[in-house]
Amino acid sequence: MSADPLSTASRRLRENPARIRDIFPAIGRNVGRSPARPGDDPQGLVHGTRDERARASLVVTLAELVTGERLAAELAALYHGGAGAERAGVLRGLSALATGSPGSLDGPVAAIGAGLHEDALRANDLRLVAAAVGAFAARHLDRHLWRHAVLKCLFTGIPLAAVAELERCADAELVRMVGDFVAERRAAGRPEPIDARRVLILPV
Amino acid sequence: MRIFDPHIHLTSRTTDDYEAMFAAGVRAVVEPAFWLGQPRTNVGSFTDYFDSLLGWERFRAAQFGLSHHCTIALNPKEANDPRCTPILELIPGYLAKDGVVAVGEIGYDSMTTAEEKAFAAQLAMAGEHQLPALVHTPHRDKLAGTRRSLDVIRESGLDPDRVLVDHLNEMTARMVLDSGCWLGFSIYPDTKMDPRRMVLLLKKYGTERMLVNSAADWGRSDPLSTRHTGEAMLAAGFSPAQVDRVLWRNPVEFYGRDGRLELDPPPAERARRPDPALFEGNSVLRGVPA
Repeated sequence: MSADPLSTASRRLRENPARIRDIFPAIGRNVGRSPARPGDDPQGLVHGTRDERARASLVVTLAELVTGERLAAELAALYHGGAGAERAGVLRGLSALATGSPGSLDGPVAAIGAGLHEDALRANDLRLVAAAVGAFAARHLDRHLWRHAVLKCLFTGIPLAAVAELERCADAELVRMVGDFVAERRAAGRPEPIDARRVLILPV
Repeated sequence: MRIFDPHIHLTSRTTDDYEAMFAAGVRAVVEPAFWLGQPRTNVGSFTDYFDSLLGWERFRAAQFGLSHHCTIALNPKEANDPRCTPILELIPGYLAKDGVVAVGEIGYDSMTTAEEKAFAAQLAMAGEHQLPALVHTPHRDKLAGTRRSLDVIRESGLDPDRVLVDHLNEMTARMVLDSGCWLGFSIYPDTKMDPRRMVLLLKKYGTERMLVNSAADWGRSDPLSTRHTGEAMLAAGFSPAQVDRVLWRNPVEFYGRDGRLELDPPPAERARRPDPALFEGNSVLRGVPA
């Protein structure tokens, strides 16, 4: 019986961290690219796709092997050199670090990670935006940009379930912004985004 | 019906669109510089794009009988990327060129300090070059964003009569009308604004300083939405002269005060010439049908 492809990739990475540049773009061919939890997340925007999650796992492994400036530089290179799915993988990896091993996010990695999230939130690719509202964004992104990120999810139809720690991070300004958005939709005679309620009912 | 589309991103459109626009009565366009689907990462990406707006796209439009102009600016979204902001130093050189009829699109995307800095700097450039300014209002947090945009315009000292504030809707039209700026409405298949809602706004606020555009780009949009709005106006009882005011005379007045619009002689019929003009050896038309 052949080994699980992600385990194989992780083992190869542990042997030589420089291999990340080859393993990272290729992993989708081994693990698949479909939504990780198609039953409750058919678009793969809330829980990601299988390849995004595999890349996130590779980022976590990489963070055990290299740290600080070196890790930050490697993540920036993977992101800027990567296509959409690779970029989403880096972002989901940063969120995995934020929840699993927050110590690895000290200093340079957090700074580079915030810049990568800001870049992704300017994109029009929904996979990127959805990957950029995870735990890293909740804990490390500028509050103004985080609120705009939540609004962008509502605006583009990304389920708010994709936004990590929404209840903890939501504040009166976010509720004001979402309220204005709903009023604008009503004035236009257009349906209001269903998920807007999730924010408007929050006790802020 | 003669139509001037004061906001359309033709670099993203096909030659079928050009032919349909000409058939619908579109004779002149303004193509504002804006972001692409894929974010730019360097200054050269901007200069090639600006050169394309002034060169290839202008030529391409003329092949289909359309008079093409553009606006030049660092857009709000990419104003947040420090790899892009040095383009601001090169923009004044473009503002001197024929075919550039305004500074734009400038304004806010996410209302950051970097966006505000580029917005204010480019309003100042408009003043220095005696050009009007085209201000994009943000898609998200539009009400607050439009209010703050009007504050920045006021602080710039630019005559509001030289500023067109775009992508307006039911929530933002009144405050822009009161500011003395011109009002732009982007008619989309089912989002920003549609012909039915536009007619209601024209009934409420009149036809002065009102511009209608398709803002057609690489997303779901319709380069004929200007025509659809003209038809909806006629069906609602507006006169042909009122339609002409909104769809032709208003954009000509706003963009044409500095003698940079080239509407005459009309470039029409060029597309049917047996020996089409060439742009660096390419005619777009791929020969003339037998």
